[in-house]
Amino acid sequence: MLEKVVIANRGEIALRILRACRELGIKTVAIHSTVDRDLKHVKLADESVCIGPAPSTESYLNIPAIISAAEVTDATAIHPGYGFLSENDDFAERVESSGFIFIGPTAETIRKMGDKISAKQAMQEAGVPCVPGSPEPLTDDFASNSKLANQIGYPIIVKAAGGGGGRGMRIVRGDDELSKAISLTRAEAANAFNNDTLYMEKFLETPRHIEIQVLADSYGNAIFLGERDCSMQRRHQKVIEEAPAPGLSEAQRQDIGKRCTDACKHIGYRGAGTFEFLYENNEFYFIEMNTRVQVEHPVTEYISGVDIVKQQLLIASGEKLSITQENVNLKGHSIECRLNAEDSETFIPSPGKIQRFHSAGGLGVRVDSHIYSGYSVPPNYDSMIGKLITYGDNRETAIKRMRGALQEMIIDGIKTNIPLQLRLMNDPEFVKGEVDIHYLERLLESSKDK
Amino acid sequence: MDIRKIKKLIELLEESGIAEIEIAEGEESVRITREIKNPITAPVQYAAAPVAAAPTPAEIAVNSQDAPSTDEAEVSGHQIKSPMVGTFYEASSPGATPFTDVGKQVKAGDTLCIIEAMKMLNQIESDKSGTVKAVLVENGQPVEFDQPLFIIE
Repeated sequence: MLEKVVIANRGEIALRILRACRELGIKTVAIHSTVDRDLKHVKLADESVCIGPAPSTESYLNIPAIISAAEVTDATAIHPGYGFLSENDDFAERVESSGFIFIGPTAETIRKMGDKISAKQAMQEAGVPCVPGSPEPLTDDFASNSKLANQIGYPIIVKAAGGGGGRGMRIVRGDDELSKAISLTRAEAANAFNNDTLYMEKFLETPRHIEIQVLADSYGNAIFLGERDCSMQRRHQKVIEEAPAPGLSEAQRQDIGKRCTDACKHIGYRGAGTFEFLYENNEFYFIEMNTRVQVEHPVTEYISGVDIVKQQLLIASGEKLSITQENVNLKGHSIECRLNAEDSETFIPSPGKIQRFHSAGGLGVRVDSHIYSGYSVPPNYDSMIGKLITYGDNRETAIKRMRGALQEMIIDGIKTNIPLQLRLMNDPEFVKGEVDIHYLERLLESSKDK
Repeated sequence: MDIRKIKKLIELLEESGIAEIEIAEGEESVRITREIKNPITAPVQYAAAPVAAAPTPAEIAVNSQDAPSTDEAEVSGHQIKSPMVGTFYEASSPGATPFTDVGKQVKAGDTLCIIEAMKMLNQIESDKSGTVKAVLVENGQPVEFDQPLFIIE
């Protein structure tokens, strides 16, 4: 078992990691920036080390400072949490070469899955379905482009290889628009990115975001713990997550789950990980893999009974997976609402002192948060201050419990998105289930117009 | 808050099984924490009390081994704080003459100590000229970012 772990993160996930370490008898070192001295997990940790000033680049992203802290405390391993350096292959490599265990996969795996193109290639090799696309860059030959587009199936999207962030792409709905779209996008790409290479991919109009949670040990064993539906998003940020995904059949679950565990074995994956897909018309399309623990892991913990962070620590300790796929038993339904320090309508961040915090509670209610009465939310980091998770025998019960919990939760002194979450818990489309990834933005747009 | 009161609190802490005790009197407060096992890594924290002059002594790490006594009883002056996480060394190598000591004169830019981080030795320079009034850490002690190392007047 690992002896001492440096928690290289902050906020609610740092507390989560501390709790798992405590249960396993692992000593904890809380590293923090100057403004994070009063974080709950810092107060609870066996040791704490201030590693830098408030700006993340000088603290939570400061690799030498973090490794130094591990050295002076004589730690065994470093848990990167999520965000920050958790998917930084350079960090993973330096941690290991400095003689510490990086709690996660190898630097090589992080590198391979961090590159979207190589990740897609690896997944195709492993039999995981990807968004259909052109295998080669597009030429200007209409005949071949049209053949390709029809093979993929309209609507398609023409994308600049050097683009990103929604730029350098054009949706094409038929042969009649194809040539123009390609020449326009090519010209734009040459101007904007100095690279006019184009690719073509299938365009999904109203997909859902469904992801698969996997666990793999260093002995080639891999299991999946069901899926999560994270379609309720705003600006690519998840707002609500749930497990299982409404409407998914057991056969579909088993099929996609097995493909993901096969992929884990194929790439030699180690630790906890999530395969993210877009799901439309009963088809799964791989988009990316997250080689770390995710924010929404609690919903999977509720329906599977598996402690995912504890498993990460056990795997990093060199233990063989104690759970086989046959043992995995998914029961009930779980929903998570992210709690953010922001205005429910304008989404403007609302840092500041929490004058009064009173937690929700009861059967099937879990609160993963580091906040307490008198705690000041600093302005330097993201606005998530916790997660409210509920569980029920079925989705309806989970929703009812969430409504109650949101109403019981008191966070005075700052603005939170609780009013928005309550609104969504009562939204007829959400209650029906199976909303797509653009639903929330459409909803917010339409209420703006009113 | 006088030293006798603090001593009594320390005794209370040691006799009971309490790990931490905090007492506030008006605008002053004292927090005493008992560190288990590895005391030298316990960072010294300051509960800044709104008192006119220098920060009042707020925390003393009490433990079973020789704790570096970091009782800042009203030592005024300019604090030199650690710019990084690492191990503090008072000299360039074991056995060599320390760069500085209490009572010595220093100029801005003079090397005060070495902080070792990730196998690299970093020279820490003074940003003020004056007399070294206090050395707050011991040779070989791990230090964290912003931890006060010296007081210069």
